[in-house]
Amino acid sequence: MKKLIYLDNAATTKTAPQVVEAMIPYFTEHFGNPSSVYSLAAESRKAVTEARETIAKALGAATEEIYFTAGGSEADNWALKAAAESYSSKGKHIITTKIEHHAILHTCEWLEKKGFEVTYLNVDENGVVKLEELRRAVRPDTILISVMYANNEIGTLQPIREIGELARERGILFHTDAVQAFGHVPIQVEELHIDMLSASGHKLNGPKGIGFLYIRKGLKLRSLIHGGAQERKRRAGTENVPGIVGFGKAVERAFASMEERTSQERELRDYLIDRVLKEIPYTRLNGHRTSRLPNNANFSFQFIEGESLLIMLDMEGICGSSGSACTSGSLDPSHVLLAVGLPHEIAHGSLRLTLNEEITREDLDFVVEQLKRIVEHLRSMSPLYEDFMRRR
Amino acid sequence: MYSEKVMDHFQNPRNVGEIENASGVGTVGNAKCGDIMRIYLDIDEVGVIRDCKFKTFGCGAAVATSSMATELVKGKTVQEALKVTNKAVMEALDGLPPVKVHCSLLAEEAIHAALWDYAEKNGIRIEGLEKPKSDIHEGEEEEEEEY
Repeated sequence: MKKLIYLDNAATTKTAPQVVEAMIPYFTEHFGNPSSVYSLAAESRKAVTEARETIAKALGAATEEIYFTAGGSEADNWALKAAAESYSSKGKHIITTKIEHHAILHTCEWLEKKGFEVTYLNVDENGVVKLEELRRAVRPDTILISVMYANNEIGTLQPIREIGELARERGILFHTDAVQAFGHVPIQVEELHIDMLSASGHKLNGPKGIGFLYIRKGLKLRSLIHGGAQERKRRAGTENVPGIVGFGKAVERAFASMEERTSQERELRDYLIDRVLKEIPYTRLNGHRTSRLPNNANFSFQFIEGESLLIMLDMEGICGSSGSACTSGSLDPSHVLLAVGLPHEIAHGSLRLTLNEEITREDLDFVVEQLKRIVEHLRSMSPLYEDFMRRR
Repeated sequence: MYSEKVMDHFQNPRNVGEIENASGVGTVGNAKCGDIMRIYLDIDEVGVIRDCKFKTFGCGAAVATSSMATELVKGKTVQEALKVTNKAVMEALDGLPPVKVHCSLLAEEAIHAALWDYAEKNGIRIEGLEKPKSDIHEGEEEEEEEY
């Protein structure tokens, strides 16, 4: 059995053993419904409160500003749909970017069908939103700006502070999808003028099926689910207590180790990037060279297709992901790679590798060796490479 | 996701390469959709396919279908090769996932394109062979409307 080298931490992460350990008693012993009166329920109620406090503190927010959801996509959907509805009397214009996650993009498309107008901002070749274009896009009827904190594919970090300032000046709501960034880079909602922020548990070694939406106090946002009084009546339903406890533990863990962990990831990420770019010809790095998530590397290997590459890496125990059409179930490659200006055939040959704290330099040495061999093999079979070599 | 046969043909593709001065060469698909297949045929005086090679830019299924298609047409007459359909390629591979069926169409199309090239070069007409489509994704189903 080959050693598994898991380099798809942007897709999901391994639930940390301490997280699992923290969750177990809330299945077995403290299983009470937090809304119940008896003392058994007090334990689960207390645990939910504590997790909420941990998360609020990590963001510099108040506890009553954190609303648990079933994940990042739910938080994104809630933020956009409810904000659009609540503020539609003021205007019907929304601004977002071309490189958002589908949880944002498809929600925006749905809102367009409901009569809202959406501007999708371009990004530069590194995947960074152009502030000047944003400024020009703002209209008197703009009610919401939604820009992701960090991109899930290419890892590029956005100028969130500047966007927040601009939104605040113009009296426009500002939402950020921080699913990839939360727990990986420091985020302070007050300083950055963020009104709403989405995050998810399983991207930082927490459990799947739990996320939250931060909603700044005073924001008039309709309830997502009507029913009981949970989550200040805005998101009814019995709390996912073990999930919330696990999320809290994961946040505690991620923030306690952030500096050390991310500086190690950055160093290894740069090592990987340098070696791949130096040792494999006709390869480019996607995303910003430095202003990117500490654990994200995204390459395009010319003349080859991503799914073939993924299968061959998998045979060596290496897990990665690609923006090729074949991995998305559609005919188009990643909208993010197209938005940064890559031609289709180069976008099809992309590979995203996202590290975690367990990855070592030796692991990456193995990955680079395998990549060199596999890319060469696939190129030897590629008619695009054949044509390219003939033309030279 | 893939059958053992598909994985075998992906891992150990048969007949990868080029043929110098081939009797016919066919390239189909496009880079935009992420797959391009090129098939080379070496056909003797009596119309038997002596050799067949391929090069493919594409996913695992695209490589496996090209490999299988070359195996299926090798040694056959031009007329027999025409009868190698995408269905035959799929069956020989023990099936493909539904989203990959277009790869087998591409393989069939690539053979036809190579045969068309052979016919053109020799100024002959092959019974039952039509000019290949340039894009095999034409006429595929649209996604379901969301509401």
